[in-house]
Amino acid sequence: MSDRTPFSRVQGLGAAHSGTEHFWRERATSVALIPLTAWFVYAAVHMVGQPYASAFTFLHEPINAIAMLLFVVASVIHMTLGIQVVIEDYVHTEGTKLALFLANKAFGWIIGIACVFSILRIAL
Amino acid sequence: MAETPQNRAHARPMSPFLSIFRWPATMAASITHRVTGVGLALGMILVTWLLVAVATGPGAYDSFVMVAQSSIGRLILFGFAWAVAFHFLNGIRHLAWDIGYGFKLPTALAASFVIYGLSILGAIAIFACAYHQAGLL
Repeated sequence: MSDRTPFSRVQGLGAAHSGTEHFWRERATSVALIPLTAWFVYAAVHMVGQPYASAFTFLHEPINAIAMLLFVVASVIHMTLGIQVVIEDYVHTEGTKLALFLANKAFGWIIGIACVFSILRIAL
Repeated sequence: MAETPQNRAHARPMSPFLSIFRWPATMAASITHRVTGVGLALGMILVTWLLVAVATGPGAYDSFVMVAQSSIGRLILFGFAWAVAFHFLNGIRHLAWDIGYGFKLPTALAASFVIYGLSILGAIAIFACAYHQAGLL
């Protein structure tokens, strides 16, 4: 028994007006980050103690630049979603919550753009 | 729940909160997952700094390396390595939970201890590889 309209039910959305995108995107990026994080740890260890030219050459390789782009983009999406949940759980004042949501989004964009621009600058 | 002499004798709070419960390993792991997640978001600042430094040039790269090689830099990087290892391993456990595996209490408790242990070993292994790569080990 449900008092919801057939249209509302077929949409699969409740009173929140949105569905499970947040949950799903967090899971999808986490699966992507399993191999990407393993690669990032390899890449980071590979660059330790190396002179500038080696680090540059490593990131200049298309395969490494592509992997680093994927890692950064998946990480930024995953972390922005995750931090949003932390804010939702602990901050219950509307104004503060809105400010923190915007700060979280800004942080994600700044990190994302700075990383993507730098990788492209090195690789191209 | 109505207040009866029985539960008053046990001094049970009507609204139990974090401080009331003992800390099973699963709860500790859950909180650690969140704390390492926030830590990793901050750690992305270091990743960004490294990438921007390599894009900028040798001077900027050397500044990054100097800070990274300092004692405090190494301590932060070790914390970062451990956070990566923990969030990685516990994240896989969360994905297993999402598809319905590993919920039995003994399994969940044992997995929590294994994840704490492996994450520390993982951080040590990452640092050993890094020191080896730098010719220090």
